[in-house]
Amino acid sequence: MANLLQSDRSFYTTAGILLVGALLAPALVYPVFLMKFLCFALFACAFNLMLGFVGMLSFGHAAFLATGGYVTGYLMTNFGLTPEIGVVLGMLASALLGWGFGALSVKREGIYFAMVTLALAQLVFFFYLQAPFTGGENGMQGIPRGQLFGFINLGDNLNMYYFVLAIFVIGFALIHRTVHSPFGQVLKAIRENEARATSLGYDVRRYKLMAFVISAAIAGLAGATKALVFELESLTDAHWHMSGEVVLMTLLGGMGTIWGPVVGAAIVIAIATIFSGGEMGNYIHIIMGAIFVVCVLAFRRGVVGEFRHFMQRNFQAALSTERT
Amino acid sequence: MGINLFALMGQLLVGLINGSFYALLALGLAIIFGLLRIINFAQGAMYMLGAFCAWLGLQYLNMNYWLALIVVPVVVGLVGILMERFLVRPIAQQDHLYSLLLTFGIALMLQGTFNHLFGSSGQSYAIPAALQGGFNLGFMYLPMYRGWIILVSLVVCFGAWWTIEKTRLGAYLRAGTENPKLLQGFGVNVPLMITLTFGFGVGLAGLAGVLAAPVYSVSADMGSNILIVVFAIVVIGGMGSIGGAILTGIGMGVVEGLTKYFYPEASTTVIFMVMVLVLLMKPAGLFGKEA
Repeated sequence: MANLLQSDRSFYTTAGILLVGALLAPALVYPVFLMKFLCFALFACAFNLMLGFVGMLSFGHAAFLATGGYVTGYLMTNFGLTPEIGVVLGMLASALLGWGFGALSVKREGIYFAMVTLALAQLVFFFYLQAPFTGGENGMQGIPRGQLFGFINLGDNLNMYYFVLAIFVIGFALIHRTVHSPFGQVLKAIRENEARATSLGYDVRRYKLMAFVISAAIAGLAGATKALVFELESLTDAHWHMSGEVVLMTLLGGMGTIWGPVVGAAIVIAIATIFSGGEMGNYIHIIMGAIFVVCVLAFRRGVVGEFRHFMQRNFQAALSTERT
Repeated sequence: MGINLFALMGQLLVGLINGSFYALLALGLAIIFGLLRIINFAQGAMYMLGAFCAWLGLQYLNMNYWLALIVVPVVVGLVGILMERFLVRPIAQQDHLYSLLLTFGIALMLQGTFNHLFGSSGQSYAIPAALQGGFNLGFMYLPMYRGWIILVSLVVCFGAWWTIEKTRLGAYLRAGTENPKLLQGFGVNVPLMITLTFGFGVGLAGLAGVLAAPVYSVSADMGSNILIVVFAIVVIGGMGSIGGAILTGIGMGVVEGLTKYFYPEASTTVIFMVMVLVLLMKPAGLFGKEA
C-alpha cells in the first residue's frame, strides 16, 4: 500500500512538472510542432491502453485516427459547429467504429487479432479513398478551426495550442484513470493470464471490447484534434503505415508504461521531422524499420521501461516497484 | 443485365491469376505458421524481393526467366534462412507478437531500401519468348503467360500439400507442429527443420515474385498491399490446414474477379467484407480449428 501511494506521488510529481513545462513550451518551440506532438502522443497513449495494458496488438489504429479527423472535418466544414462539439462528435464516431472493429476482432486472439484489425483498417482505408466527401487522394482541405465555445478564436496558434493541450490532458487523464480503476485491474489480469481471468468469472471478451472502444474513442479524439490543427485530413492517416507508426511509438517508448507512448511519440515525431522532405525522405522507412528490429531484439522494455528497470535495480528502495 | 461472356471470362481469368498469387503467399504463411507459430509480416517484402531479383538478374547478369524461376526462390529462401537463424530465433521464446513486429520492421526496411534504390515507379519485365502469344478458346482468349502462372501455382501448391500431408518428410513437419519436444526426443533436428521450413515458406514468396514480375510492374510496394489481402484470406480460411489456405487463396481471387465484373467499386474491398462475414458466422475461419 505504501508502495502504491509512493508510485501515485511519483506519477503526480512527474505529471505536474511536465504540465508546467507544457504550459511554458510555446515560448521556446513552434506551437504547431508541439500540437503535432501532443496529438500523436495522445494517439499512442490510446493505442498503448490496448497493447500495453490488455496485450492486444491492434494493427488497425490508423482507422480511428482518420475517422476522428474525417468526421470532425466534415462536420466543421459543413455545419459550422464550434470546435469542442466537432471534436466530441469525431470521437464518438471513432468509438462507434471501434465498437464494430472490436465486436468482430475480439473473437480472435494474438496474431489473428492483429491480422483482423489490419484487414478491417484496410477496408476503412478503401472506403475513405472512394467516398465522395473525403476528397480522395487530395484529402479534405480547409477545415475551419472555428471559435472555441463560440468566442475564442482558434485561428490563433497559441489559443489552439492551449486547446490541444487541454484535450491531451483530458484524454491522458481518462487513460490513467482507466488503467488505475478496478476495470483496469481486470484488463491487466487478462494481459497476464487470460484463462485465469475467465476462470475467475470475468467475461473476457466484453472487457476487451470495452478497452477497444475506449482506445478507439481516444485515438479518434487525437485524430479530430489533429485535423483541426492542420486544417487538413488526408489518407496518410488511414494508411497502414500510420498503424505501424503508432506501434513503433509505443514499443520504443515502452509498452505498458503510462509515459512510454509520450516519450516514443516525441522521438518518432522528431525523427520524422528531421528526415522529412527531399532526399532524406527516402530513409524514413528504413530507419523506422531498423528501430523496430532493434527494439524487438534488444530493447523490449522501451525507453521508459528500461529507465524504470535501471532505477529499480540501483535504487530499489527509493522507487516504486509497480509496473503500471 | 446482359452478361458479356468475353468480359466475364476475362475478369475470371484475372481473378484466377490473383488467386494463384494469394494461394502461394498464403501457403508460405501457413507453412511457417504451422511450425513456428508466427506470422511472417515480411512475406510481402520477400515477394517483392523475388520480383526484384528476377528483374536485377535480367538487367545485370543476363539471367533468363527460366533460370530465375529456379535461382531466385533459392536466393530468397536463403535470405529467409538467415533471417530465421539470426533474427527470429533469438526471440522465439518471447511472446509471438514480438516476432510479428520484428518481421514488420524487416519488411519496412526492405521496402524502404528498394524504394530508395529504384524509386516508386515500377520496372517492367518482358514475358519470356516461349510464353508469349495465347490461345483462342472460343469463349475467351487465354494469353499463354497467364495460363502458365495458374499452372505453376497449382502444381507448386499441390506438390506442397502432397509433401506435407502424404510423405514421411511431411509427417515430421506435422509432428513438429503437434509436439516439437517429443519429435526432438526421437532424434530429429527440430531447430534445423524450423530454419529450413522458414526458408521454404519464404522461398515460395520469392517464386510468386518471379511469376509476378512479367504481369505486374516490379516496384517496392508491390508486396505490402497484396500481403494485407493475404492476411484477410488467412483469417477467412483459418490457418489450421494447408489445403484450406490454398483453396481460400484461389477462391478469393475468383470472388474478387467476379466482383470486378459485376460491381467494380467493391473489388478492392470485397475480400475484407468476406472476412467480416466469416468472422460473424464462423469466427475460427472456414478451415480453422482454433480461434
